Amino acid sequence: MMEIVESTNVYAYKLITKKDYFAPGHRACQGCAEALAVRLVAKALGRNVIVSSATGCMEIISSPMPYTSWRVPWIHVAFENAAAVASGVEAGMKVLMRKGRVPKKKMTFLAMAGDGGTSDIGVQALSGALERGHDFVYICYDNEAYMNTGIQRSSATPFGAATTTSPAGKVIPGQVTWKKNMPEIAAAHNIPYVATACPSYPIDLITKVKKAAKIKGPAYVHILSVCPTGWRLPVELSVKAGRLAVETGVFPLYEVENGRYKFTGKIEKLRPVKEYLKIQGRFRHLSEEMIDTIQKRVVEEYEKVKKRVKMTEGD
Amino acid sequence: MTETRQDLTWQELEVGTVLTTPGNSDEYKTGDWRSIRPVVDSKKCIKCGTCYIFCPDAAIYETDEGFFEANLFYCKGCGICANECPTHAIEMVEEEE
Amino acid sequence: MGKRIGLEVSLSAAEAVKMANVDCIAAYPITPQTHIVEHLSELVNNGELDAEFIPVESEHSAMSVSAGVSAVGARAFTCTSSQGLALMNEIVHIVASMRLPVVMILANRSMSGPISIWNDHTDVMSIRDCGWIQVFANNGQEVFDHVLFAYKVAEDKNVMLPFIINIDGFILTHVIEPVEFWDQDQVERYLPNFEPVHRLHPDKPVTMGGVGMPTIFSEAKVAQDEPLKQSKSVIISAWKELGDIVGRYYKPIETYRSEDADTLFITQGSYGETVSMAVDALREEGKSVGLIMDRLWRPFPFDEFREAVSQAKNLIVIDRAISYGGQGGPLAIDLRSVLYKEKNQPNITNFICGLAGRDVTIDDFKNMYQKAMEKVKKHTREEDFEYYGVRGK
Repeated sequence: MMEIVESTNVYAYKLITKKDYFAPGHRACQGCAEALAVRLVAKALGRNVIVSSATGCMEIISSPMPYTSWRVPWIHVAFENAAAVASGVEAGMKVLMRKGRVPKKKMTFLAMAGDGGTSDIGVQALSGALERGHDFVYICYDNEAYMNTGIQRSSATPFGAATTTSPAGKVIPGQVTWKKNMPEIAAAHNIPYVATACPSYPIDLITKVKKAAKIKGPAYVHILSVCPTGWRLPVELSVKAGRLAVETGVFPLYEVENGRYKFTGKIEKLRPVKEYLKIQGRFRHLSEEMIDTIQKRVVEEYEKVKKRVKMTEGD
Repeated sequence: MTETRQDLTWQELEVGTVLTTPGNSDEYKTGDWRSIRPVVDSKKCIKCGTCYIFCPDAAIYETDEGFFEANLFYCKGCGICANECPTHAIEMVEEEE
Repeated sequence: MGKRIGLEVSLSAAEAVKMANVDCIAAYPITPQTHIVEHLSELVNNGELDAEFIPVESEHSAMSVSAGVSAVGARAFTCTSSQGLALMNEIVHIVASMRLPVVMILANRSMSGPISIWNDHTDVMSIRDCGWIQVFANNGQEVFDHVLFAYKVAEDKNVMLPFIINIDGFILTHVIEPVEFWDQDQVERYLPNFEPVHRLHPDKPVTMGGVGMPTIFSEAKVAQDEPLKQSKSVIISAWKELGDIVGRYYKPIETYRSEDADTLFITQGSYGETVSMAVDALREEGKSVGLIMDRLWRPFPFDEFREAVSQAKNLIVIDRAISYGGQGGPLAIDLRSVLYKEKNQPNITNFICGLAGRDVTIDDFKNMYQKAMEKVKKHTREEDFEYYGVRGK
């Protein structure tokens, strides 16, 4: 069994704040684990935050005028510029406080976007913001496709997954490229903090987001957000699917603090990826050979992280 | 809760159509979406809060006795709570018409 | 009275931005505006201007950063030209709809293709309908004055709209002109601190940029157009106040020897000063000709323009942009519709010239006058516009 902070004490959840800064009444699908992730992040950051959101599922379901689910300040401008808008929010507030026009107050500047708005169209703005070193947190809610526009593939779509623009056809069986490794791209910018998280592990996620908010400089958190609608699995299995993604090594949970890699929770033996793939309709068409390819590559990628942990030990 | 108007004239809109009523989505009844709803067996419930933390819609609340119940105004009937409950205290029951 | 010095116009623009006590500058290089941001970075790095200089990774991010800056209630500035403007196009529209008073200097440069770094108005015309307040500055002094003017108007609580100052690339940005700087206390009297109507702050959470559901969208658009139209009164009074402080009075339509003229040239931007010399030369020859220089482009000054041309028989509209497949240049197209219901319909001849920096001289304008008079005689629709000075028939 996996030894992660969560399973040590099932009552640990009672320690989490009961306040919700992401209000109910939002229009997310039933069982949306991305909405769950947003809810947990909102609990982690509290009220002293300014959110700059990209266009995407979370933006659409949370702000259908005249309704808004945001109990904190929130701005949406366009699809590819969450990091750029957040840069402006951070810089503007910094100057206002420096010039004494706004009283000095600690607050978190959050940029949030989906996988499309991060690893595809948003990569430029993200890279620029990370390089300039703004004091902000960037959270990528990764549901592994352009879900809001109807389940089209993105560079975060995993190998073999069927989407509407990478359908499981007779000649080409789904997505033919491997998922782009965004956490590594973020880490390559030498920022102080990078982490992966999953709402199936709420305490781990909240701890990481709080940590990201505390550090000075850019922080990047990549959150696997199970989408029952797009991944085609029964809605009640959203949290379980996230857990399986972690337990099979498909989505390892780790942190990179000032270049030092660390797993957050050790898995003695990875579960076979088949257990994760078989509950999802988007992988229903996979041949044994493809599953084998995936299994091998998942282990390979997991070993890479282990190697980095070892190499950066004692840094 | 005061109801947000849907019929504002252009003069009544805020500058930049900014929304100044934070969290007013809580007026919107997503409870209409569900076809099944969670029913908690308080004899099995150990008051751990697992269902509370995993609800994407913040539709589970803590009662005065420390038990957890679904807020049927918002509950979309996804069943995550029932699936995650460590003591299987929650059962998803068909909504009668 | 402030100091009066000869300074490259780009640098005076930067100095005006400094006097406006801007909070954040989003900078990306593109010829021919680069000197402006270069000078601003020097002012910031030397501690002369307390602002965040944000070297963004593209113009799209330049406008996005400016949107974020403005949304928290800080004063944002950026500048760009042709391709950069095209790249940030979607955000330009959004910033206007969100009523964020960003000020941008547009160093007018030709839109690709073919790629060109030289001056014309194809870039400003590509955003004619974007919802920003748009003016043309015709010399170095005007550029300086209008930076301060732009913030004053844009940040007015009844306006709250972004503002573009057009300055001709190279032929204005790179020339040295005498500029009289303002005194610090003149700036303080004229330009108050920016106090937004809404701002992002945890103490008062708001949601900016929500989804425009069909039930609300049309109202949102009218709520954006009306303030732009009504901003004209703020524009007029801000110009008057500027004049009262520094002695230079600006008008939406500037006229030169137009009162008794049969024929009027119409220009936008720095060509006006050249045409005024052609007008003088033609007047020497006994021709009844004058000049109208349009300074305020959006919101368009309908009354002032109609008044200025009310006695004219002929208009010669100088366009520096093209509407492919359309009725000539965008300025002429607009002006024809402005005069559509007027009792006195002047003959409108439209010349498209000076594209991508091709020189247009005083003699060229005199030549255009001759051609216009011939066209008026012929009065055929095919003669409605001409690409002036293009080789080949």
